[in-house]
Amino acid sequence: MISYLTRRILWIIPVLFVVSVITFFLMHSVPGGPWDREKRLPASVTTRLNAEYGLDQPLVVQYVRWAGDFVTGDLGPSYRYQDRRVNDIVADGLPTTVQLGVMAFLLATLVGIPLGIFAALGHNRWPDYLSTSISIIGIATPSFVLGILLIVLFSVQLGWFPTGGWKGPQYWVLPTVALAGFPIAVIARYTRASMLEVTRKDYIRTAHSKGLANQSVVSRHMIRNALIPVVTILGPTLAFLVTGSFIIERIFNIPGVGQFYLNSIQTRDYSLLMAMTVLYAFAVAFLNVVVDILYAYIDPRIRYS
Amino acid sequence: MTESDSPTIIEVSPDDVRRAQTADAGADKGRKADKLLSVRGLSTHFFTPDGVVQAVDDVTFEVGYGETLGLVGESGCGKSVTALSIARLVPDPPGKIVAGEISFDGIDVLKLGEEEMRHLRGKEIGFIFQDPLTSLNPTLTIGYQIAESIRQHMGLSQKAARDRVVELLTKVGIPRAKDRLNDYPHQFSGGMRQRVMIAIALSCDPKLILADEPTTALDVTIQAQILELIAQLSDEFSTAVLLITHDLGIAAGMCDRVNVMYAGRIVETGTVDELFENPRMPYSWGLLDSLPRLDDVRGDRLRTIEGLPPLLIQPPDACRFNPRCRFTRDICLEREPALTPRETALHLARCWATEPDGWIP
Amino acid sequence: MATVSRPIPGQIAQPRKSAGLWSDAFGRLRKNRLALVGLVLVILLLSVGLLGPVLAPWPYDFQDLPAVFAGGGGPLPPLSPGHVLGTDQLGRDLLSRLMDGARISVTVAFVVQIVILGIGVPVGALAGWFGGRLDNFLMRITDVIYAFPDLLFIILLSVAFRETFFGQALDGLFLVFFAIGLTSWVTVARLVRGQLLALKETEFVEAARAIGVPDRKIVTRHLLPNGIGPIIVAVTLGIPGAILSEATLAYIGIGVQPPRASWGSLIAEGQKYVRSEPHLVVFPAIAIALALISFTFLGDGLRDALDPKLKGKQ
Repeated sequence: MISYLTRRILWIIPVLFVVSVITFFLMHSVPGGPWDREKRLPASVTTRLNAEYGLDQPLVVQYVRWAGDFVTGDLGPSYRYQDRRVNDIVADGLPTTVQLGVMAFLLATLVGIPLGIFAALGHNRWPDYLSTSISIIGIATPSFVLGILLIVLFSVQLGWFPTGGWKGPQYWVLPTVALAGFPIAVIARYTRASMLEVTRKDYIRTAHSKGLANQSVVSRHMIRNALIPVVTILGPTLAFLVTGSFIIERIFNIPGVGQFYLNSIQTRDYSLLMAMTVLYAFAVAFLNVVVDILYAYIDPRIRYS
Repeated sequence: MTESDSPTIIEVSPDDVRRAQTADAGADKGRKADKLLSVRGLSTHFFTPDGVVQAVDDVTFEVGYGETLGLVGESGCGKSVTALSIARLVPDPPGKIVAGEISFDGIDVLKLGEEEMRHLRGKEIGFIFQDPLTSLNPTLTIGYQIAESIRQHMGLSQKAARDRVVELLTKVGIPRAKDRLNDYPHQFSGGMRQRVMIAIALSCDPKLILADEPTTALDVTIQAQILELIAQLSDEFSTAVLLITHDLGIAAGMCDRVNVMYAGRIVETGTVDELFENPRMPYSWGLLDSLPRLDDVRGDRLRTIEGLPPLLIQPPDACRFNPRCRFTRDICLEREPALTPRETALHLARCWATEPDGWIP
Repeated sequence: MATVSRPIPGQIAQPRKSAGLWSDAFGRLRKNRLALVGLVLVILLLSVGLLGPVLAPWPYDFQDLPAVFAGGGGPLPPLSPGHVLGTDQLGRDLLSRLMDGARISVTVAFVVQIVILGIGVPVGALAGWFGGRLDNFLMRITDVIYAFPDLLFIILLSVAFRETFFGQALDGLFLVFFAIGLTSWVTVARLVRGQLLALKETEFVEAARAIGVPDRKIVTRHLLPNGIGPIIVAVTLGIPGAILSEATLAYIGIGVQPPRASWGSLIAEGQKYVRSEPHLVVFPAIAIALALISFTFLGDGLRDALDPKLKGKQ
């Protein structure tokens, strides 16, 4: 188990290497550069800037330099926000983005799983129809649409929550709900299907044959087994939350790191873009290892070797 | 003779039935009725999108205290559904017990509430299922799974329940039982898993064990051990066993009496000796013929019963075995024969050809 | 009685005639009400997508300025004369623009799935069939793709190549489709690989091998037909994901360029007027919802129909 996990975690390093190489060369092969403005800078200025930032070096040299800095924890200067280091930008925004992601994840699992169980236990009766309707709405509504609708309804019409910003708990509600809407639906669907599958298992018949009360059959025999396949979709769900948060940050004007991603691509802010991509890739890869651990914890048959 | 007469035929001579009861052991279990289990006219149907499947149709039989009764037939003949019906474990929907009466130790099972039913399941009626791998919960330790029924029904403390689990595991032949309490089912071999199932079935000292193909999923060498274990423990605990199997050989070795089921109905019933020496229903001959024998000529193919059992959706009023029978005559297609006595009042068969005026002597 | 019984013709009971996997599956699909609703909606969406320019009351970029001025200058509300769903602030008919959006969504749905199949099936088949090092190598590649934050990778690709010939093809849409496909083939590759690994061990494949059927023939004749069900299901259920990605990208201004109208860009434009003219957001949102639901229902229905064991998993 330990050696498996060590290998899995070490494997993240080559993944990040490849991701960074692809991003780096892709980005630099694109026309345009960080100095493009509405008003063109004189050639002498750009040449001087390029020399100053090392952009006149061959790409391989630039990459090695970037990678060397990255390994020592230096994400380099921002090209766009010229007075700031990328480290500072990330340090400022990351806690907010992580907080949003974690809250949305908790909301998605804490609502989605019970909703799915509730539906399965009331199979083909009103709880099922209610829960399935909620899932369908969740799946049919992209997060940006949900975000807009929530703002119109709860901020503009009812005035319960602010339309944007990130200054306190009342600011957290709408973005978290908007981000969690889709995962809630996905998790609820999976949980329901998995519960229905488990209901037909032989060991559930065995549990009933022992004379257990229905609720102990559900709580002790069904739920844990039903959650095993649900855990497998938590990985993609987390990835969705990580990459999906930037659009929510945009709509609700949240000062996270997500907002910088699009900007950094559009303004050719190479160092910021590299930092963002590697950060996201790390988050996705790492969270998948976490999901694997969770998987082994919940299913005793799985012993990684 | 019409179909509805069949249950009454058994009732005409209940005294004979009782006298002929060979293994009437288990007097120490506190009897509340003549028979531990009495099933009368049981019909269990499945309501599927394709139609109503009459999985069990008007089945009547009895199990004495401590007796081992065999229920034999091909897969799909309704024997498992019969067992599940007794404990009211038929999945509903789509299954439903639509008619009949089940009396267990003097209790009218079909009239019990769900709560009272739970006191029977696991406590008075233990189950051994076919595939011990899928019948044990993969995410719970076997210690927990055995202790569960004990704690549920016997109100023992955690410590006392644990001791009882160790005792049971030792009894069913699991070595180093104490060390294995925290193991999961996948850490056991197939035979050992079935021993665990037997420990669960016996955990509350039940009056009846429903053993549904308990050895079908196991290796041949293990099969004998498991059967031996069931026989020995049911004797020791004076527990009655309803042994469900497709293997007439197993039934012969284990049972006092045997019911042969075909297409949802009992087609022949009698003591093991009667059935083996003088079967009175072509289907039973087929089952006997299918057994490999020592005097088989090498190179002979195993004999099989040709064809498949009929679908049980709206079966016609005809002998259900007729499409596969070598002795079919017109009457077999016109009306279904009833279960009627043959040479003794306890040997019954459902066949026009072996009736006193039939065409098979 | 020693009379030989008369043989009665047709004695041996026959198993119920099986009409084959596909017609069985179709029979089950027909009984699934949600799947039928999905199918009808999908057909509707396809027709609108294919025939959009013919059916649409107006060209998607036609500006009915006189009507807008007559109405006071803002977007026209629904049920205005000549504009059933109203217009935007430039007097462009919302229904016609939604129909152009359907055209984009249908294209995205299919182009993306073709890219996914074109990459995913060969990679998965190679990995699954040959196993060993090749398998290891290909699966490591899928690890990398998987770790790429897909939406961000798509944005990067589309921004990076926007100026190239590639980026201009199909009104700038081709690049987006290609990028979406490039990030989503992994699931199909893994699925195909898993299917092959499982099927490789089955008896009919061993039998084929034993009688010397060449590898390529086993894969194409035996394995792919047997594994095709889950692939169809994955493709159908992948379509809503592609439509969603496209709409999201269009919403942030990537992909389709004005004056063409993707549902996502319609929502982005309508958002400015959402307080006074909510229909500019609501109708595109409904269009997206219907498209996502229809493919999801159909995909679920296909899964249940093709694999009765999984029935109820929806």
